[in-house]
Amino acid sequence: MISSILHYEFLQNAFLSGIIIGIIAPLLGVFIVVRRLSLIADALSHVTLAGIAGSLYLSQTFTGLALLNPLYLGIVASVSGSVLIERLRRLYKHYEELAIPIIMSGGIGISAIFISLAKGFSTDLFSYLFGSVSAVSRQDLFIVVVIALLVIAFIYLFYKELFVLSFDDEYAKASGLPAKWIHLLFMIVTALVIAASMRIVGILLVSSLMTLPVAASIRIAKGFKQAILYAIIFGETAVIAGLVSAFYLDLAPGGTIVVISILILLVVIVGKKIAMSVRA
Amino acid sequence: MAQVPLIELKNVSFQYDYTQVLSNISLKVEQGDFLALLGPNGSGKSTMLKLILGLMKPTSGQIELFGQPANTFKKRELIGYVSQKSNSFNSGFPATVKEVVASGLTKKIGLFKRHLADQNEKVMQALRDVGMDGFANRNIGELSGGQQQRVFIARALVAEPKLLILDEPTVGIDHENVQSFYDMLANLNEHHKMTMILVTHDVDTVSNRISHVACLNQTIHFHGFKNDYDSLSDDQLNAWYGHAVRKIHHTKEEKTQ
Repeated sequence: MISSILHYEFLQNAFLSGIIIGIIAPLLGVFIVVRRLSLIADALSHVTLAGIAGSLYLSQTFTGLALLNPLYLGIVASVSGSVLIERLRRLYKHYEELAIPIIMSGGIGISAIFISLAKGFSTDLFSYLFGSVSAVSRQDLFIVVVIALLVIAFIYLFYKELFVLSFDDEYAKASGLPAKWIHLLFMIVTALVIAASMRIVGILLVSSLMTLPVAASIRIAKGFKQAILYAIIFGETAVIAGLVSAFYLDLAPGGTIVVISILILLVVIVGKKIAMSVRA
Repeated sequence: MAQVPLIELKNVSFQYDYTQVLSNISLKVEQGDFLALLGPNGSGKSTMLKLILGLMKPTSGQIELFGQPANTFKKRELIGYVSQKSNSFNSGFPATVKEVVASGLTKKIGLFKRHLADQNEKVMQALRDVGMDGFANRNIGELSGGQQQRVFIARALVAEPKLLILDEPTVGIDHENVQSFYDMLANLNEHHKMTMILVTHDVDTVSNRISHVACLNQTIHFHGFKNDYDSLSDDQLNAWYGHAVRKIHHTKEEKTQ
């Protein structure tokens, strides 16, 4: 395996991207889960699909755009989706969750139109839906690195504000924090992470990498920093083990990564139950 | 020179959709006051606090905080706020008591800065002030309602505010703990010279600890010393509130027996 990675550029791209995503997706995921925004991540991933499908259609139709990396339009769609969700949430103050089905169905609807215009599924699209070990290009890896640097800088600079906002929204506003701006930035960063992770885990499973490791970590963590640390460890384990098994078994990595994440979650839940009954 | 009132409301009104919630409220809170804000449900108590905290804007009238207009007042860290326990906090949140209290320093530290040099000391001191220093490394969700509420007081205290605003802080806390909770507030008011505004229904329990009372039902019907409030007749209060209310009957002597 190691020699294959050293030998093939596509494997290097996949593994390096995977390792980076294994850090940033659960890192941001902790904030998403505790703020009860898990479904928003799902909605955004479907909007990203609209961008990807649009880009695939454009590159098929206009020869001048044949080399356009679909990730760019994916990012544009995802970030616009995040801003739109915020708008809708403010418009429907008493039905905030309505924004999710609106954006999600909008994303899938637009994707369906582009997919049928492009005359159906291609293998390319399949790899965007469920992830791929072989389809990650150097350019994709470069985009992932840039996004990761942005995410880590954002969390580093706004950690304490994000903590207050996540723990107690009203208190954050009462203490005069620029809650609205930080929240908007947070949504944009979430959109970026979704676009970055999609190449490896696939659009349909992106939100799972932000939520499943966190679901396991908050069962056992003492404190918030520990919750982040465990989430990253679980996420990283799932990504690496998932990529290795996907490579050997010739499966879509999105599937293997999610199944391993669920196994980790089960082990943590059962392990904690056993530990509690032993102590009792 | 006379001291500037910490809070001054001048003819403040607030309308929500087509409902008048507050009309023509004028109220001053001076340094060192321990003010109990009383009124039936729906009388606009929480709305008034939200206006003071800058969470909402008045439809008309002015609010001044520490002598400055509320909309340009930047030093929000001078005002500590403790909401109803059930309100905005998710009890499954994976945070230690220490992390929660430290989050009270966020505004004081400022954007783009990580922490204060003496942050740990400040956090532990605030926890000692509320008698919760033994729980520093426990997860907040593992504590009882009364203990959590003490932690939230510590979160408000850690930034060393001049004014503490508490919105029905004892809702959902059992009776024995309510007593010691108010003792702690009285101690902060007396020894730390902290001004307090307390919205409460526990009129009896709190009576010998407060200095002032304000009665609110859409408008301020009474604001004055606690002793003057005690001498009001029940009929008078009933007229303001539109139904029978319990008044403070206990004196300090009765309480300590």
